[in-house]
Amino acid sequence: MRNIWIICQKELRSYFSSPVAYLLLTMFALIFGFFFWNSVGYFNMMGLESQMRGQSMPMSVNEYVIRPLLSNISVIGLFFIPMITMRLFAEEKRMGTIELLATSPIRDMEVIIGKWLAAVMLYAVLLLFTAVNFAFLFKYGNPDWRPMAMGYLGLLLQAGGLLAVGTFISTLTKNQIIAGAATFGVCLMLWVLEWVAGYETATWAKVLAYMSVITHYESFGKGVLDTKDAVYYVSLIFLGLFLTSRSLESLRWRS
Amino acid sequence: MITVKNLTKRYARTVAVDHISFEVQKGQIVGFLGPNGAGKTTTMRILTCFLPPTDGGANVAGFDVLQQPLEVKKRIGYLPESPPLYPEMEVREYLTFVGKLKGMSGLNLAKRVGEVSDRCAVSDVSRRLISKLSKGYRQRVGLAQAIIHNPDVLILDEPTAGLDPKQINETRELIKGLAGDHTIILSTHILPEVEQTCEQVIIINKGKLVATDSVHNLQNRARGAETVLVEVEGRDSALDAGSVQRRLESIAGVSRVVPKESRNNRSAFEVESLKDRFIRGDLARAVVESGWNLNELRPTAMSLEEIFLQLTGGEKPEAVAEPAPEPVAASEGEKQ
Repeated sequence: MRNIWIICQKELRSYFSSPVAYLLLTMFALIFGFFFWNSVGYFNMMGLESQMRGQSMPMSVNEYVIRPLLSNISVIGLFFIPMITMRLFAEEKRMGTIELLATSPIRDMEVIIGKWLAAVMLYAVLLLFTAVNFAFLFKYGNPDWRPMAMGYLGLLLQAGGLLAVGTFISTLTKNQIIAGAATFGVCLMLWVLEWVAGYETATWAKVLAYMSVITHYESFGKGVLDTKDAVYYVSLIFLGLFLTSRSLESLRWRS
Repeated sequence: MITVKNLTKRYARTVAVDHISFEVQKGQIVGFLGPNGAGKTTTMRILTCFLPPTDGGANVAGFDVLQQPLEVKKRIGYLPESPPLYPEMEVREYLTFVGKLKGMSGLNLAKRVGEVSDRCAVSDVSRRLISKLSKGYRQRVGLAQAIIHNPDVLILDEPTAGLDPKQINETRELIKGLAGDHTIILSTHILPEVEQTCEQVIIINKGKLVATDSVHNLQNRARGAETVLVEVEGRDSALDAGSVQRRLESIAGVSRVVPKESRNNRSAFEVESLKDRFIRGDLARAVVESGWNLNELRPTAMSLEEIFLQLTGGEKPEAVAEPAPEPVAASEGEKQ
């Protein structure tokens, strides 16, 4: 545990002592701010219209603003995840510092989990910035916080899985750009796999759709904790971290 | 302290280390000598548990590198060929991080960071970013990193590579100063480095063990015959290179005279002595007494290649001054 925390601290320190973290936070906050502004503007217009027509149809902030925005975050996050994970191991390999880690009395798995945890924490900070926007909804409206919390949990789990995959890809190369591009490709594929379910009902299509990270977010977005979906994300995390440890080990046998 | 038995490391196409066995006693400084690509780095990486051996084994500080790597890692300090530094960290922060990695904490660690900074002369930059440091400082930070947890065994891969002469001297002195407390293996392809710092030498070439001996014995074996470069200039009349060569050959104790370049009334020769003969004085006198100017007289350093050839019983090559050629395949395998 102590070793994991040492590595995690070091990674966080290196995110926040370079422009990386601040750049990501700024871009994420700007992009999400724009989404939020649009979404709330649209919601206001809808509300005004329904009042003018004399219908007092109850409109839920949760359903019309929060839920779509949360799924938007999961898509925006897709673009940020490669930027978070690409340096994790590629940089250590390029600088030769991997030799320091590998010859210190610390297990591979502790290094991997420490690094992954730092990536998850940075992502959590990104999410925190979006929560600032939602805080305004609580000031002026009365949304339900429970489905929102569930939505955030889903986002964190989903990112955890993709970050684990990104960590794995980062062990495959010394070049950050290659690691980032490959991670982005894989994340995008895992996202769009779900599309086949739109026109095809055969078993293979169902399997592909099941593999998509987006399919499993729906229940969280609705504020429901579906074990099946949670299990999917947790398995993705374990798979990514397991592949990372295999990759690190094979590095030694091959090099 | 270190026992290596039949250590072998095979890569896909090459054998980097081929059945090497040696022992290192506690408190010794051992030079690990060989040309580039000889398998030095690979052997060191196996000793530090960075690479697993294909065959054979090694025991460091009483623990097997394959069976108990964590125990071995606790007891070794390792400085790879390029120091493993994080450029975005400050020196003190970096040393503290490495100390934590090695299992240290709290006051003990803070005290030790101060100690090794003083010892490796990096205290004055402890608040500087590593990315802003010069090569010499980086090397010393690398050394400080290796000794932070006061390990039993220190493994240093080419600790003086890429430094300027002053820094090289400082680093050697530093390493000598560490000898009492630690058992040290340092690799190098520079012979004088071994002569100056080490007590014991292990020579490997193309993955095979060539010799393990004390520095003293090795010097005697290698220095049996002396090679001297002589440059002669004609004083009044034009210089006849042929007659100079005949005069030099006639000196007692000279076994061979090889003419080198000859221009502007000057001629250079490489003169080789017979075994255990000291010829420099006779050479100088002969040249001056013949009415020529002696421009230069210097012993040419024994190249590593020559020593290898002597030790392995090979013939002396024609191009003596050429540095040892790198076996390309092996070095490719060695550097990932």
